[in-house]
Amino acid sequence: MEDNLIQVTVVDRDGSENTIEIPTDINLSLMEILKASAYDILATCGGMALCATCHVEVLEGLDNLPEASDQELDMLDTLPDADRQSRLACQLHLHNNNNGMKIKLKGSLQ
Amino acid sequence: MINTDICIIGAGPVGLFAVFEAGLLKMRCHLIDVLPQVGGQLSEIYPHKPIYDIPGYPSITAQELIDNQLEQIKPFAPTFTLGERVEQIEKQDDGSFIIATSDETKVHAQVIVIAGGLGCFEPRKPEIQNLHLFEGKGVDYMVKDPAKYADKRIVIAGGGDSALDWTYHLADIAQQVTLIHRSDSFRGAPDSAEKVFKLAQQGKINLLLSHNLSNIHGNGTLTSVETINKDKETIAVEADYFIPLYGLTPKLGPIAGWGLNIDKNAIEVNTFDYSTNVERIYAIGDINTYPGKLKLILCGYHEAALMCQSAFKFVYPDQKLTFKYTTVNGINTF
Repeated sequence: MEDNLIQVTVVDRDGSENTIEIPTDINLSLMEILKASAYDILATCGGMALCATCHVEVLEGLDNLPEASDQELDMLDTLPDADRQSRLACQLHLHNNNNGMKIKLKGSLQ
Repeated sequence: MINTDICIIGAGPVGLFAVFEAGLLKMRCHLIDVLPQVGGQLSEIYPHKPIYDIPGYPSITAQELIDNQLEQIKPFAPTFTLGERVEQIEKQDDGSFIIATSDETKVHAQVIVIAGGLGCFEPRKPEIQNLHLFEGKGVDYMVKDPAKYADKRIVIAGGGDSALDWTYHLADIAQQVTLIHRSDSFRGAPDSAEKVFKLAQQGKINLLLSHNLSNIHGNGTLTSVETINKDKETIAVEADYFIPLYGLTPKLGPIAGWGLNIDKNAIEVNTFDYSTNVERIYAIGDINTYPGKLKLILCGYHEAALMCQSAFKFVYPDQKLTFKYTTVNGINTF
């Protein structure tokens, strides 16, 4: 692994898998990085944990993520399709220890 | 009927600033907002959060900004319809519009400006086939009048605060309350969860954790809700009412049906004047989209200023617009 560059595998809604490289020394949330990587995410609220359209399921590497804030947990609890592996990508800032993480996009497209 | 020059849908910071810019050009504004107060998300969601990127204010709280903006537009005496959602617009023969709200307030305006921010917050619905068939016939997305559920069999679904709180409150009122949650715990609301666990232990409610909603049944009106547990067993719960409480999600709402070009829940505009594809309808602030769009309050202010320069021709078709500075002319009140 190069310094401050990690690999994250993204499973799209159709099941297709791609690994993207993410710099960890930029101040962008995972939601912003996914959008910049041309993934289809509405991000209606712009990162305020209000719309949950950036909902992802963390398939691998869940334990290496920082704990969710109360606001994020409140939002996740309200979602019909969230479970223990669910996070909001807009609330996640990745670090070097998140290398190898695997996520699946689940946010609504409407 | 309310008569105005510009009808602004959305009374957030950008809608309010549009009143100022319109006022400088002697155009009157009426604002409609689905929320019961002005200010949009700033007042509703984060009134005490500081904002750092408003020119001239190193830091200002969201509510202070709204209060200042209201002060700033006072000379132009805008009028408001609050707590009502715009449902319909109807184009008149002369090009003007009649706008109708959910409470049947009617506004006649020459120009419509959509400054709706994220849109309206609507209940998030679970993906169950046929759910829509039972809306209003046993399926409710919010609890308006708890007395309605007296001595009824209620199924609530969800794991957030409102699902837990209503489970707790309706346990005393309803004949039977069942709470269905997809997970085996409630992560966000430990206090409310504890109360609900206690009720379940006492046998006062039926708690189905690690259950997924799968189907609903009825003939005309709802009779049962079906769930699947993690062992893939199906359980049918008899119910008079099913209340899925999955929070609110911002949606465009009726605006989506007005023939405007829409991309990912945002209205496409021409950056020349922030006009939409429908003449006399503009969209400014977070609700619009164009190449390079930034969802910033200050960008919305800019959009409001340019929009007014363009809208002028519909309000005063016989007058020539001359650009004036407030430092030269002051503010000409109505």
